Amino acid sequence: MTPADQAVTLRVTPDGDELLTETADQHDATAPIVLQGLHKSFGAQHVLDGIDLTVGRGKTLAVLGRSGTGKSVLLKLIVGLQQPDSGSIRIHGQELPISDVEALNEIRKSMGFLFQHAALYDSLTVAENVAFPLRRHTKMTPSERADRIAQLLSAVGMENDLQKFPSNISGGMQKRVGLARALALDPGILLLDEPTAGLDPITSREIDELILKLQEEREVASIVVTHDLHSAKLIADRIVLLHQGRVVIEGTFDELDQSGDPFVAEFFKRDT
Amino acid sequence: MTYNTKLPHLSPAADEHAAQSASLLGSTLAAVWNPINGFFEWFGELGIFVAQVTRSAFRRPFEGRELIRQLDEIGSKSFPLVAMAGAAVGAVLALESRYSLVRFGAKSMLPAAVVFSIIHETGPIVTGLVVSGRVGAGIGAELGSMKVTEQIDAIEASGVNPYKLLAFTRILACILMLPLLTLAADCCGVCVGWIADTLADPISFQKFLSSGLHGTTFSDFLAPTFRTAVFGLIIGVIACFQGMSTSGGTEGVGRSATSSVVLSSLFVILADVLLVKLILVFFP
Repeated sequence: MTPADQAVTLRVTPDGDELLTETADQHDATAPIVLQGLHKSFGAQHVLDGIDLTVGRGKTLAVLGRSGTGKSVLLKLIVGLQQPDSGSIRIHGQELPISDVEALNEIRKSMGFLFQHAALYDSLTVAENVAFPLRRHTKMTPSERADRIAQLLSAVGMENDLQKFPSNISGGMQKRVGLARALALDPGILLLDEPTAGLDPITSREIDELILKLQEEREVASIVVTHDLHSAKLIADRIVLLHQGRVVIEGTFDELDQSGDPFVAEFFKRDT
Repeated sequence: MTYNTKLPHLSPAADEHAAQSASLLGSTLAAVWNPINGFFEWFGELGIFVAQVTRSAFRRPFEGRELIRQLDEIGSKSFPLVAMAGAAVGAVLALESRYSLVRFGAKSMLPAAVVFSIIHETGPIVTGLVVSGRVGAGIGAELGSMKVTEQIDAIEASGVNPYKLLAFTRILACILMLPLLTLAADCCGVCVGWIADTLADPISFQKFLSSGLHGTTFSDFLAPTFRTAVFGLIIGVIACFQGMSTSGGTEGVGRSATSSVVLSSLFVILADVLLVKLILVFFP
């Protein structure tokens, strides 16, 4: 990256202090995900108050913040499940066509979304859940589809539970199936809402490694909302910390860990 | 000419009284306005929902698999209940009508009274109400549960239109199945009506039927039966709308199921009144 690609961004700390931070790829309008001036309110509550973020190809951005700071809302805005009050969302250089459902659905096919509580279809088996996007958006033969399902579920360690229903597996297992479903169409963008929450350390590590593998092999651009600092340290190229709807700080894990800002220090103190 | 623009001085007690009066007036106005506002808001949101479903209906893919599943769910699985309800109505009509007609010396009119009454009114309305109870509650609870567990969001996020996949297929299945279920209710009603009648005063089924259908035309049968397609539309739209706009966790799911049944039953009855009038105008 040339020095010209580096941008300087003004950030406001919770105390109201203004910080100048360098942000990678800020001018890369063709990056898989570019958010500019994103605002979202629910009634009088301002959930997002001017968010600017860019995620480049093969990069992973971890979004941290206290509960209720709009992290999940941010992901739902990117996938078009909610509409921003103002601001711009560009996916692969194209403005998200919020009012055109057909065009929006085309863009959604290039995104994999893992919901906070997995959101598996409870009337379908594990295999049918993973098959859902494949049936809808590909012309795979049944045997090709079965192979793909087996491959995806094997990647998340769920290859022995194909015929189980979501109600018969644990929350952590549901999360893994949700991740397999999110990966079904080989998306260029992954939006993961707390992928390792509720998982045991070994499975968490496996999920982290899977995300890293996708990052390296397929250059997937990912935004990972997480409270797991170990996971963020392992998988994220950059980390942003949200507070009161704003980006308090953006940088690498080490940069944030060494930050002198009291809120950032407080946030990182507990686990590290 | 001069005007005295100075306001009269009010004592603190009078000020407090005025403030209380204003507060009372405000709360009274709010108590009156809020339900009216909620009523129009509900209709506005229903209109937007119908527009979204209609827009999605004419775009590919046409969700044939899901439609067949819903035809089975709404049609086949409602059949036993609708058949039993129709049979019960037929029996009650035969027994009650016999009592009344014998009193007026018009016993021979019994088959016509039973058949005409079932085909014209009781068959369609009983089917509408039974289906609004069974299917309305089912759709409201199922979609409500999917909404609060983010399954509808997951469908949308995977690039599939939930208005078509979930709502349009259910609404179309309701529209297609209600007339068929009405036929089933009518048949069961007429058959059980004949059984109830023949137990008191033996009469062959053929004679009962020919006597019952004497003087009736095809329009007597067609218009009331296809009226139930409108009932199906009402049940499907209201149940899907209530389900897909659920909020508030499991309690919200319960509310959606209840409101689906209550509202769809209410609108079926209202539509019945209007459609009876229209049918009498167009098929006198």
